[in-house]
Amino acid sequence: MEYTGVRNGDEPRYDNRIVKMFVTATVVWAVVGMLVGVWIALELAWWPANLGLSFTTFGRLRPLHTNAVIFAFAGNVCFFGIYHSMQRLLKTRMYSDLLSRLHFWGWQLVIVCAAITLPLGLTQSKEYAELIWPIDVLVTVVWVIFAVNFFGTIAIRKTQHLYVAIWFYMSFVIAIAVLHIVNSLAVPATWLRSYPVYAGLTDALVQWWYGHNAVGFFLTTPFLGLMYYYLPRISGRPIFSYRLSIVHFWALIFLYIWAGPHHLLFSALPEWAQTLGMVFSIMLLAPSWGGMLNGLLTLRGAWDRVRTDPILKFLVVAVSFYGMSTFEGPMMSIRTVNSLSHNTNWTIGHVHSGALGWVGMISFGVLYWVIPRVWNRRLAHPGWPAIHFWLATIGIVLYTVSMWAAGLTEGLEWRAFDDAGQLRYPNFVDIVHQLAPFYWLRLAGGLLYFTGAIMLAVNFFKTVTGRSVEPATEAPAAAGAEGGAVS
Amino acid sequence: MNETGGRGYTALHRALEGKGALFAILATVVILIGGMVEIIPMFSTRTGPETLAGVTPYSALEVAGRDIYIREGCYTCHSQMIRPLRAEVLRYGEWTRAGEYAYDHPFLLGSRRAGPDLQRVGGKYPDAWHFEHMRDPRSTSPGSIMPPYPWLYDRRYDPADIQASLRALRRVGVPYGEADIAAAPAAMQQQAEAIVARLGQSGITTTADREIVALIAYLQRLGTDGRAAIEAGRSR
Repeated sequence: MEYTGVRNGDEPRYDNRIVKMFVTATVVWAVVGMLVGVWIALELAWWPANLGLSFTTFGRLRPLHTNAVIFAFAGNVCFFGIYHSMQRLLKTRMYSDLLSRLHFWGWQLVIVCAAITLPLGLTQSKEYAELIWPIDVLVTVVWVIFAVNFFGTIAIRKTQHLYVAIWFYMSFVIAIAVLHIVNSLAVPATWLRSYPVYAGLTDALVQWWYGHNAVGFFLTTPFLGLMYYYLPRISGRPIFSYRLSIVHFWALIFLYIWAGPHHLLFSALPEWAQTLGMVFSIMLLAPSWGGMLNGLLTLRGAWDRVRTDPILKFLVVAVSFYGMSTFEGPMMSIRTVNSLSHNTNWTIGHVHSGALGWVGMISFGVLYWVIPRVWNRRLAHPGWPAIHFWLATIGIVLYTVSMWAAGLTEGLEWRAFDDAGQLRYPNFVDIVHQLAPFYWLRLAGGLLYFTGAIMLAVNFFKTVTGRSVEPATEAPAAAGAEGGAVS
Repeated sequence: MNETGGRGYTALHRALEGKGALFAILATVVILIGGMVEIIPMFSTRTGPETLAGVTPYSALEVAGRDIYIREGCYTCHSQMIRPLRAEVLRYGEWTRAGEYAYDHPFLLGSRRAGPDLQRVGGKYPDAWHFEHMRDPRSTSPGSIMPPYPWLYDRRYDPADIQASLRALRRVGVPYGEADIAAAPAAMQQQAEAIVARLGQSGITTTADREIVALIAYLQRLGTDGRAAIEAGRSR
């Protein structure tokens, strides 16, 4: 939907500056995080790309990549989306502009600290919770600031009811606080080093309870909130089913938390915990697909526009990848499937179909819609989003297909026997060697996706430094929060 | 929102949507249930991880080596978890028992095997193999995609630092005595000298204060006391 400059009369009440700040941070960190991803993909295909320097080895850059794309890119997306949609859904400015700014600068400080410490090898080693304890404390402080601002805004809202997007945002704020604090409990030895209070498999269980729900509550629920706000807003169609959104929300937040132990199948973790993890992972398919269908069916009657509107294309592909990866995940949690897929590149492919397909695509779609509106400018290159869409889509396909192939290859060869009942590939490196073509193909897919992100960044900076559209404010939109598509 | 103002639970839920605080409290309770049910029993000896007699805490030098292992992100490519599957036991040795991780803070099970599992790498190769492997992985494993780690041969670990580490580990439950902690720098030196001597027999010259020596101490320790405990249990 081309931006026309027509604005809702309520607009001046809202703090758009904080939205602009988080959007800008999103675009910058997207490029940085994905660049590091491309780099480590190259390191696996061609080891000299490690450069012989301690800061640039795979072991140090891999955590930098995951932290950058999760907390810097996706995190800033959640925040700009929440600050943009929440004010409009609750018909009020944020509770405190000061807290909004402390949140912004505090979060960017966390990211800069991460970008410095991780290449230096300062890490706690727990996946997506690598940051050393002083930064963990900073994260906690920033999160409390965000939570006060968030719940304060709910308290001063001008609407009666909380729309479904707000429920999902709320679960994000609450769950991440709980997960971060419990998983980060550690005793410091020095300012830079600490040891977790949990030992061995208890530490592993707490970590994967955290790790899986970082996916659940950092990369899923806030983005579902974005889906519930922006999909109806952009397509002009009401959410398909209110009933379904209630079931979707409560079932998802209840079931997600249990699924963590599927990361520890066949480990020495007590059997009961492994079984719970598997069973709840399979049940998770139901609310996930309920949510996907609620999103896709919202577009009923608007499918003709999907053909022509690149923003809707991004959203449709995002929701479809959400459906695909939430089918793949439960399947990989079945013990027999997991015995093949665990520790292989299949897992890497699975994560990226969620991260590139769901999180990335919905973020790009929403960015292309929000940028013209908060800056009051037409996109500098209105034709580019369509090209970006195809680069990203083809990139994801190359990425996931190559990682499936690599994962199946190594998974099957690790456990292949010869006629005498001995290992067919006793030398591990022989299997590693066969993955090289897949690693190059994955790099190609990643490069396509990264090129799309560069196009977004160029388009963004040219747009926001360009000329603004003539103001054309009209009366407040007819539809309120209670009635139309969504306020 | 097609069905606003409906009957039954939708009407109830509609009312709940007007009460922000109550909504937040209910969501918190729903989010907490699963984690509590799964995590709390882990602290009970009946329902938590099984123990294994004979597993002992890491020595001071091994703790220093483990910190280097963590710093370099070795766990991003190497797991420490042998699954109870025939192919894995053939490739790596005895499958991992829960009690072997008793003193692991943090756990290092890993989630990806770009390289082989290291749970039982202790004693599998001579010290000299590790020394050469970290300097030039392809000299010992032709075709490996592992990067070299040349800085481990120049940098020195800090013996003064280790006491702070051991004290922190004691606070999280690893049974180091005050005497162990006091003697840690000397014990480190002694264990490191032994490794340097073994390396010397292979014609390799280095000094006991280098990081590579601590890392070798850790790697050579991996899975060894667990294996001994498993074998002892079997022969009983």
